[in-house]
Amino acid sequence: MLNYLVTRLWQSVVTLILASMVVFLGVRQLPGDPALAMAGEEATPERVEAIREQLGLNESLVTQYLKFVGNMLRGDFGQSTRTGAQVTDLVAATLPVTLWLSAYAIVVAVVVGVLLGIIAERFRGRWPEWMANALALIGLSVPNFWLGILAILYLAVAFGLFPASGYVPITQDPIQGFYHLTLPAIILGTSLAAVIMRQTRASMIETMKTDFVRTARAKGLSRQRVLVRYGLRNSLIVVVTIIGLQLGGLISGAVVTERIFALPGFGKLTLDAVFTRDYPVIQAVVLLITVGYILINLAVDILYSVINPRIRVGGKS
Amino acid sequence: MTLSTADAPAPLLSVRGLEVTFGDNAEPVLHDVSFDIRPGERVAIVGQSGSGKSTIIGAILRLLPGDGHITNGSILLGDEDLAAASEQHMRGVRGRRIGLVPQDPASNLNPSMRVGAQIADALAASGHRNGADVDKRVVELMTEAGIPEAKRRAKQYPHEFSGGMRQRVLIAIALSRQPELLIADEPTSALDVTVQRQILNHLQTLVDAHGTSLLFITHDLGVAADRTDRIIVMSEGRIVEVGTPAQILLSPREDYTKRLVAAAPTAVAQVRVASGSSTLDRGPILEISHLVKEFRIRGQRGSILRAVDDISFSVERGTTTAIVGESGSGKTTVARIILGLESATSGTALVDGEGITASRGQQRRALRRRVQPVFQDPYGSLDPTYSIEKLIDEPLRIFKVGDRRSRQDRVAELLDQVALPRTVAQRRPNELSGGQRQRVAIARALALEPELLICDEAVSALDVLVQEQILTLLADLQSNLGLSYLFITHDLAVVRQIAHSVVVMKSGTVMEEGSTDAVFRSPSSDYTRELLSAIPGASLVG
Repeated sequence: MLNYLVTRLWQSVVTLILASMVVFLGVRQLPGDPALAMAGEEATPERVEAIREQLGLNESLVTQYLKFVGNMLRGDFGQSTRTGAQVTDLVAATLPVTLWLSAYAIVVAVVVGVLLGIIAERFRGRWPEWMANALALIGLSVPNFWLGILAILYLAVAFGLFPASGYVPITQDPIQGFYHLTLPAIILGTSLAAVIMRQTRASMIETMKTDFVRTARAKGLSRQRVLVRYGLRNSLIVVVTIIGLQLGGLISGAVVTERIFALPGFGKLTLDAVFTRDYPVIQAVVLLITVGYILINLAVDILYSVINPRIRVGGKS
Repeated sequence: MTLSTADAPAPLLSVRGLEVTFGDNAEPVLHDVSFDIRPGERVAIVGQSGSGKSTIIGAILRLLPGDGHITNGSILLGDEDLAAASEQHMRGVRGRRIGLVPQDPASNLNPSMRVGAQIADALAASGHRNGADVDKRVVELMTEAGIPEAKRRAKQYPHEFSGGMRQRVLIAIALSRQPELLIADEPTSALDVTVQRQILNHLQTLVDAHGTSLLFITHDLGVAADRTDRIIVMSEGRIVEVGTPAQILLSPREDYTKRLVAAAPTAVAQVRVASGSSTLDRGPILEISHLVKEFRIRGQRGSILRAVDDISFSVERGTTTAIVGESGSGKTTVARIILGLESATSGTALVDGEGITASRGQQRRALRRRVQPVFQDPYGSLDPTYSIEKLIDEPLRIFKVGDRRSRQDRVAELLDQVALPRTVAQRRPNELSGGQRQRVAIARALALEPELLICDEAVSALDVLVQEQILTLLADLQSNLGLSYLFITHDLAVVRQIAHSVVVMKSGTVMEEGSTDAVFRSPSSDYTRELLSAIPGASLVG
């Protein structure tokens, strides 16, 4: 297990170095000049040149990259070229919003998806399964932003069940915080829930046909108990994989969802930074997302071994 | 539900006119099945795969797979009709009144649940809730089923148990609530003979001690004869014949039963060895000397497993040598080394004086042509997307033998040799039966006109009647083509039928070696004696 972890961590470091290069070069390939963006349309060429010098943009790419990596290792992500604020402060202010939103969306998606999946298996060939299948189809095919707009129009504006926008930090006021995040989380979690539902259903149907399920039923256990203790547990492996794979989609979904619900999150920070060629912010944001991905994948692998004892220790048998 | 039971004790289970159908308007798979089991009686149902014996279990427990349902008849347990009982009612019957020991220990335990918890679950179904009591009872049950260190092992997962130990866990589960009837569905067919005997002995002790009735499902007449009071022979969903083991084995009335008895590979079955293929120049085709294969055990630094430990033997040209041993004895590793799929740590395996392990490139390719394998599982070893023709001529294409036209002719010729109609050439493996597929595998092995066939458990997955046909085919091919076989098997009865000489292996070493006759008549090692006495059916016929 330790060997495995060390290998995985080493792989992560390599991934990070590669990612930092791609980000660094990629950002500089974007059309548009940050110095120009900062100075404004009317600025004199001398003013633009001064800003360029101040940002270190006139140095060679290699020097710029090494400086960038060096600063990052010291925890210094630089300053926003747009507002002059420390990038670390910007990230610290916006990241929690997105993390709460994503976590909430995952919980919603897992609960709804797994429940619908179980219902679909339990009532195979009857109306509850058709309903669950139809819901999944809608969840997969209707785009987030459209669903979000509908939700705001009906659930928020017409019926006033949820606030249409706004954010209350959960650490300040948990009840109001979750209340404000509920609608965005449902919207963000919809397509994930649909995928999870389909996978749970398919994998439950397979598992419920296995020999050990029949043996469990021959013990005299109720169908419900067999469903949860024998069927679900073995089906969850697939679900965890799906969550791991779908998290990328969740992050891009978060960007859109935050925009619709006007949440001051990471997605909004990213979008604003891209539109204004705010190099330091873009770099920091993309790298953080990369780190996030790597950690999530690691977590998924570890979760596997918890659910499936056969994966637990490499080579022990 | 009128019943005329003139027999003295009322039957515990009485099946009358049972008919089971899968799907709507389909032909029933069970026709008019009727039998009784009296308290304390042990009854065997014997039949080949597809005879409907497992469907009977599904019907009794009302756990038929898919859309199977009972379309006619009754299943009386005492005076309740299980055929008409509600799911709620069945829950009170399963486990409590009828216990099930399922077939395959590998697939019948939940892989993600500790073994102890799975036994505890069976107890929980009867309302045991007190944690400490349940734990104690679980350990008791495991100990009773013959699992050492039960307390520690209860906390392990199924993959940490051997096949035999898993089967003991399943027995513990089945007996946990002391049912009146125990159904054992081929409980040991996936296990080695000696393990099989231990488990069956143990099961019998437990069943006798509790006075439990036993319904024993098996494809093995020998096992049925050794273990039960009455045998029901089934074929194609119908009961063919019922009788005591002596009646069935010694004076069967029906043709089907007669064929089954004749094909049963018992210790004294007729010898099918191709005798007198002596026109060929003798001398060994395969010589194994001081072969050693070591594997490093992952996760444990420096520890090494000697799977094959300094073994030597040879295979004479035109004869069959069998390697017998249980799982883990190293017999398959030897085969893999001879086929060049594995390299030896030291020692040599020479085919016609040339070493495979040492050969490279062209020489190795040439050697590969002369040694061909036939594997155990005719389902797994044929690519399901290939046509039979493509499967058989694949070796010819790989070695660029002949053109398209001549290859087609060769395939037809090979199909004739293995007694398959030429029309199967355009079909795919899943359209063929297990026996037909094994014929295809043999045809493929023969395509390059090899001198030596390595048959790794080549008939173990087949029903007895089919097994007999394949063994006959192999013997015919040997006398016609002068082939040599290295036959790897765990089944001594098969060895008796086909091999000229035999090598008995255990834990990587050769325990005994000699002509089949000599080894069977006067085995020199204790281990061989143990193996011989574990052959089912030996007691009755021998």
